[in-house]
Amino acid sequence: MSLRSPLGRVLGTGSAKDGTAHWWAQRVSAVALIPLTVWFCCALLALPALDYGTVRDWLALPTNGLLAVLLVAALAYHSYLGTAVIIEDYVHGTGMKLFWLLLLRFLYVVFSGSSIFAILRIAFGPGSP
Amino acid sequence: MSIYRWQLGNTLSVLHRATGAALALGLAALSYWLSALAGGRESYDAAVSSFGSPFGLLLLIGWTFAFAYHLLNGVRHLFWDAGLGFERRQRHVSGWFAVLGAFILTLCVWGLVWHGARP
Repeated sequence: MSLRSPLGRVLGTGSAKDGTAHWWAQRVSAVALIPLTVWFCCALLALPALDYGTVRDWLALPTNGLLAVLLVAALAYHSYLGTAVIIEDYVHGTGMKLFWLLLLRFLYVVFSGSSIFAILRIAFGPGSP
Repeated sequence: MSIYRWQLGNTLSVLHRATGAALALGLAALSYWLSALAGGRESYDAAVSSFGSPFGLLLLIGWTFAFAYHLLNGVRHLFWDAGLGFERRQRHVSGWFAVLGAFILTLCVWGLVWHGARP
């Protein structure tokens, strides 16, 4: 005999209240990262040199700036989802788990925010001196 | 943990998580590199010389391998999510493909870098 209510069975979300959202977000961001990361690596390798002027002029092009912003956003999101699962698996105790998950989220916002800000500074700032 | 025998499947699974964690640190390095690039020539050159130090190169080569493996094994996971490739033989072939492919990609990338670095 099941003690679950008919409504609970129909919704099928169990005690966690959301089942598949995290799983889907991890996969969708993974699929997005395949072309974005391959583009980034190939584009850098195709540059004649990796000195300041070359790299800055390359990133200042609108298409490259846009793709770089999308790359950083997708990377940070995918990476946050993954590292959050590691913390949920290995950090025990509600307080410690909450502390590390919050710290992780703040760190991701800081690093992705500063990365995107840097890309925008290059895109909208003056050309390389 | 010690009751599990190490075999290909669980080793590759642990490696997927370990490379993912390593790449999370790589994200911080990418952020530093982008901020240095936006900061101007001086800060960019400082970043390049720290990445070009022996320890920096070791990290970069490690991140290249971690990225290549996580990418190839991630595609393997996506196929599994679609319900494909679960047969024992397919799992072994795709698993070895991910490991060997990651080594080969790492060699190719750094071969290109060193080839390009020569005048």
